[in-house]
Amino acid sequence: MSTILLIEQVLNGLQFGVMLFLMAAGLTLIFGVMGLINLAHGSLYMVGAFAAAAVAGWTGSFALALVAALAASATAGALVELLVIRRLYDRDHLDQVLATFALILIFSEGTRWLFGSFPLFLDVPAALAGPIMLPGGILYPLYRLVIIGVGLLVAAGVFWLIAKTRIGIQIRAGEADREMIAALGIDISKLYTMVFALGAALAGLAGALVGAIQSVQVGMGEPVLILAFVVIVIGGIGSIKGALVGSILVGLTDTLGGVLLPPLFATFMPASSATSVGSAVASMAIYILMVGVLLFKPSGLFGGK
Amino acid sequence: MTRETLLNIVLFAILPTTALVAFALDEPFIITLATKAAILALAGVGLNIALGLGGLVSFGHAAFFGLGGYAMGILASHAQSYTPLMETPFLIEGTKSMLVIWGVAIVASALAALAIGALSLRTTGVYFIMITLAFGQMLYYFAISWPAYGGEDGLSIYVRNDFPGLNTLDPIQFFAIAFGILAIVLFGAGRLAKARFGLALSAARQNAERVETVGLTPFRLRLVAFVISGAVTGLAGALFADLNRFVSPTMFSWHTSGEIMVFVILGGVGRLFGPVAGAALYILLEHTLGGLSEFWHVYLGLLLLLVVLFARGGLIGTIAGREVAHD
Repeated sequence: MSTILLIEQVLNGLQFGVMLFLMAAGLTLIFGVMGLINLAHGSLYMVGAFAAAAVAGWTGSFALALVAALAASATAGALVELLVIRRLYDRDHLDQVLATFALILIFSEGTRWLFGSFPLFLDVPAALAGPIMLPGGILYPLYRLVIIGVGLLVAAGVFWLIAKTRIGIQIRAGEADREMIAALGIDISKLYTMVFALGAALAGLAGALVGAIQSVQVGMGEPVLILAFVVIVIGGIGSIKGALVGSILVGLTDTLGGVLLPPLFATFMPASSATSVGSAVASMAIYILMVGVLLFKPSGLFGGK
Repeated sequence: MTRETLLNIVLFAILPTTALVAFALDEPFIITLATKAAILALAGVGLNIALGLGGLVSFGHAAFFGLGGYAMGILASHAQSYTPLMETPFLIEGTKSMLVIWGVAIVASALAALAIGALSLRTTGVYFIMITLAFGQMLYYFAISWPAYGGEDGLSIYVRNDFPGLNTLDPIQFFAIAFGILAIVLFGAGRLAKARFGLALSAARQNAERVETVGLTPFRLRLVAFVISGAVTGLAGALFADLNRFVSPTMFSWHTSGEIMVFVILGGVGRLFGPVAGAALYILLEHTLGGLSEFWHVYLGLLLLLVVLFARGGLIGTIAGREVAHD
């Protein structure tokens, strides 16, 4: 295996991890602040991607498409919070799982109704298309590099928001003691709607950015949603830092596992079966990673208690 | 007799009545629908042992459903092609016998439940939901990427497997098999809930500390419940595969886990007949709404949302009122 290929795969893993972070950050915030498991988070990712693809189709502008993705997913998130999620905060997890599972059914089939079953395509903007030469003679798609940059910027923004701003202080206070911050005169239900919309907007942004690499189709959010769950379980539910570390770990494991495991198995197995065994194990690698983490730290790497 | 007992009798009679009426009217498709409802109810009864009795919100029961299905698929496909499953160290042949397949499905899913349960039960709450989901997905991706048994395309079995003395390809006879198993398992699950084990398990759900104080280990109770639950769902998976004469990785997908959970919730969590009511209602909705609109999942989603938000206790809870602790 050449170093260049390895570096490319590490970058791919990083790009995947950064996108997972955008999903996982919302999930973990929503869980941390409101104590809610939101299975419909993948639907918000899909809403973002569809809004972007539709607007890009009309206007041809990628920037407008991103704005549309943010607006559509944040609006959808706020609406869902006001209509449904709000009634679920003091229910047990089983009810939350089911209600948000029902939301997935509604979102997925509703989108199929509106846009049909065929995938839409979102083109990479011309300015960002094509490869770029990295130091060391590596050709790498510029768009993916930009995604990594945007993702890291957003991650920094989220950290700043949580750590330094007034809203961040209120969010953290809400995690610690929701009665107390309500007693201090902060409109907790407005705060909850805002956190939910913020999480939804992050998911929608991820959907739009990834939509330009993959096709935009119904159900695209579900694999990502499950990976985002794996991420927050590894990182510790409620911890943004855990979500970042978990995302990068999962992104790298998933990408590198697929590249490195088959040749590794080939060292002690016949080549034909090594490929199938290697790729089968690689597809399970992140779940094995998760089980390993939970065995040693049952509440995740950065989870409290 | 309480209202719930009365309702249970009605629910128990619904499926065989439907099947018999359909048989009299010569409507084999309706019989197949009733069979499907019975099998899905069985999967739900399995999950309900963990979910209703033990309070274990497993979002990965598709793992056991799929393992049961693949036990059938793998054994029957080898018998179909006359190739042994394994030659070294000893010879294992495929089989077309339902009884053997059920045994293998039960043992395989019980062992998987033992391993998954032993790891997952170290965690609680959301972590438990997520880790069971992850185990299910692990098997799903394994089934997709493992090429030996059809990979993503799944496996077709041309002829339904054999049951001594019956023609399994006849819809009403296959219904009798599926419903017979459902009845036996319902009886067993009812006894289990009232037995010392079931009472201890319920107590561990309500207050684990107190159960520990009287000298029982909640972990062990839950693990046993999880294994029984997985084995029942695995058996349902084998039957479901036999019904369709087809297995595919979809049986492992998290949608399947969600649907099995939906049967339990639609009917009523922790009620013995909850999954029967839920699965029958689900099939009814699928059939009627599916005929009205291609996008019937939207309505299913709305209905499910309404049940969760406003009709807590599901169908049985709404009709029969609150649960009674003793009867």
